[in-house]
Amino acid sequence: MGASVSRPSQAELDEYRADASAWFEENVPSPPDFMLPLTFMEVATDEQFHFLCDWQNKVYQAGYLGESWPKEYGGGGLHQAFQDIATDEMGKHNSPIMLNTIGLSWAGPLLLDMGTHEDCLRYISGILSAEDIWCQGFSEPENGSDLGNAQTRAVRDGDEWVINGTKAWTTHGTYAKYMILLARTIPDAPNKYAGLSFFLAPMNVPGIETVPIRKLTGEYGFTETFFTDARIPAACLMGEEGQGWAIAMRTLEYERSARGGQAGGYSITVPDAEEAIDLARRTRRGGRPAIEDPIVRDKLVEFLIENRGIQLCGARQRLAPLNQERPMSLDLSSKLMNTEFVRRINEFAISMQGAKGAYYRGEPQSVDGGIWQRAYLNAFSATIGGGTSQIQANIVAEHVLGLPKS
Amino acid sequence: MSRRGRIGLSEEQAELLELAGKYCRDKSPIETVRRLIDDELGHEPVVFAEMAELGWLGIAIPEGYGGAGLGLAEVVPVLEQMGRHLMGGPLLSTTLAAQALLAGGTDAQKSQVLPGLVAGKPATLALMEAHGDWDPGQIECHAERSRGALALRGTKSLVLDAKGAQWIVVSVDLDGSPALVLLDREAIETCKCRRETVIDETRRSYQLVLDGVSVSENALLDVSKASAAFQHIELAGSLLAVAEMCGGAVSCINYTVSYLNARKQFGRLIGSYQALKHPVVDAHVRIEQARSHLYAAAHTFENDEEGEIAVRMAKAHTGPAFAYTADRAIQFHGGFGFTYECDAQLYRRRALWCETQYGDALHHRRKLAALVL
Repeated sequence: MGASVSRPSQAELDEYRADASAWFEENVPSPPDFMLPLTFMEVATDEQFHFLCDWQNKVYQAGYLGESWPKEYGGGGLHQAFQDIATDEMGKHNSPIMLNTIGLSWAGPLLLDMGTHEDCLRYISGILSAEDIWCQGFSEPENGSDLGNAQTRAVRDGDEWVINGTKAWTTHGTYAKYMILLARTIPDAPNKYAGLSFFLAPMNVPGIETVPIRKLTGEYGFTETFFTDARIPAACLMGEEGQGWAIAMRTLEYERSARGGQAGGYSITVPDAEEAIDLARRTRRGGRPAIEDPIVRDKLVEFLIENRGIQLCGARQRLAPLNQERPMSLDLSSKLMNTEFVRRINEFAISMQGAKGAYYRGEPQSVDGGIWQRAYLNAFSATIGGGTSQIQANIVAEHVLGLPKS
Repeated sequence: MSRRGRIGLSEEQAELLELAGKYCRDKSPIETVRRLIDDELGHEPVVFAEMAELGWLGIAIPEGYGGAGLGLAEVVPVLEQMGRHLMGGPLLSTTLAAQALLAGGTDAQKSQVLPGLVAGKPATLALMEAHGDWDPGQIECHAERSRGALALRGTKSLVLDAKGAQWIVVSVDLDGSPALVLLDREAIETCKCRRETVIDETRRSYQLVLDGVSVSENALLDVSKASAAFQHIELAGSLLAVAEMCGGAVSCINYTVSYLNARKQFGRLIGSYQALKHPVVDAHVRIEQARSHLYAAAHTFENDEEGEIAVRMAKAHTGPAFAYTADRAIQFHGGFGFTYECDAQLYRRRALWCETQYGDALHHRRKLAALVL
């Protein structure tokens, strides 16, 4: 991916950027009359779903998604630098999110990394075009942070695997065509990890039922997924039996952005400090705009500093001499930094609304339609999902700092 | 303003980071740090001379004055590594004195002084006074013109490495405006100089009584550049303080981590307790952000407003981050942490000192509010 392609010249990159900028300027859709989700985890209605599928496909067809993925599978075959530019321009033009995140950022890079040539031929282009939506079957109701203890069973029966069990927090569960599934095939393995296997499972077979989970926001976006004697082809096993844990861990590295190779674009629109500043101009303290209040100003400056610090850590990842001592540090801590920041800045944005912080989505008097309240509550999806912040802290402690296991 | 920071690294920075890392590790093991705490001078002149030979005193000085013609960005890795090994000594004060002259000195002063600084003659700045106010406009020391000379009076405090300094750049009030005056060795010797007791025992700080000192009017730095020079000094001093703090914080984390990996209580390594490991991760993450701010500030330092914002952000972020790191280091060493023997106190004292240099986090956040909101 990208690595084998030679570094383009600055002139090529500049030209590409100019084209991308013009294209997004021209094509980013104006907001529809329904509220768009801020993250890929909040797609709750068909109209949201179709709007975002169409948009992702349009971006892909224009050549601004999957640019660094191999051409033979449907990617652009270009150097990673091009996709980074496209993603950057997407953000600058406030593009809606790329919907098929689990395909684009988790399953896709995983397939290109560890999948077979046939897998890639079969799945990659559908991921990019949003024709094939992917979901993830890792967490279970009883096994969240302790993913290695997953109990969903897969039993081999002739040319098929028979799946039984329950997965929780399946994003896009109702829309997905495929699932990356972690299931137990060897119940008597020497340890819990060795009994797990990894599947590229179709979702359109009998015996799979998805039931929407109502989130703390009152909305939907996840399902609980029930497998009752669901039969999937034997060929759906990825890698060898018993390799599930290793493949799942690799997937999580993609999910947590600890490893590069994603198709590009973004799946979460993060309210940054800039938007909080804008809010401070529109809310009041003592008859004056909140932004004139010295204490509000100081808080805003603190958020700006933190926001920039996180952004700069992303940029510093590329400067090898500054990462020599603990090379994995920035990769493994980026989820922790980012998600906790987003949660706190949304929380602060509510407090800036004064008494109106009490309103919620749906109330006509709410500030910005209640998006801050909703974004704050939704922010927990990222501080909990993909490994809670507390698990992330353990990972940094153990794998970056070398502290003993808890 | 552009809200995004920019970061980059020159080849020279990368080389110096490695070279200075080896040098400082070699020259400043913790036993040496502790021995120098008890030493009156507080540093080894041989080491300072070697640093001059390595060219470190001339890194940010133009080639015309014998320097390497690079920028402060290239001094940053040196100070980061010195901070990491808790080194004192006059490299910092000499570098900042040179910056003061470059920003505000006359051509004659620069030609007269800078080549000597590059060669290893120490110099320093005398900016603070008894009131402790960081605002460079708050100056009670006074210079009065009399027959082609300037008569000085008043007292400067917190003058780093004044003893042994060949040159001291002093801030004074002249005709109602802040100005800078260059004291030579002869003038310095007529000042009363008393060593101050400061919290960071690796530092040597002095009170300097100017009463009775008289210098030629040629000792006055270019008054038309005075306000730009004060601004430049504050930002340069802040940048280098951040470099020292980042280095110190990284080794403070390493020091704490090795204790958590060695000490057992209740039959377990204490590093396995999340009550200890999570705050250490917190500190680590904050220091990672500090280092990103540092190298962004170094990279953009020369661009006026962008550089100012980056430096102030770096200082505002790093001070509290280092303070937290060292504060938790003491706590997590338990009873040992309360002893003089535990190195955690060295880092905590260093962090407290650095926060007093060129403005604390609140000072810089106040300035930032005016710049970015």
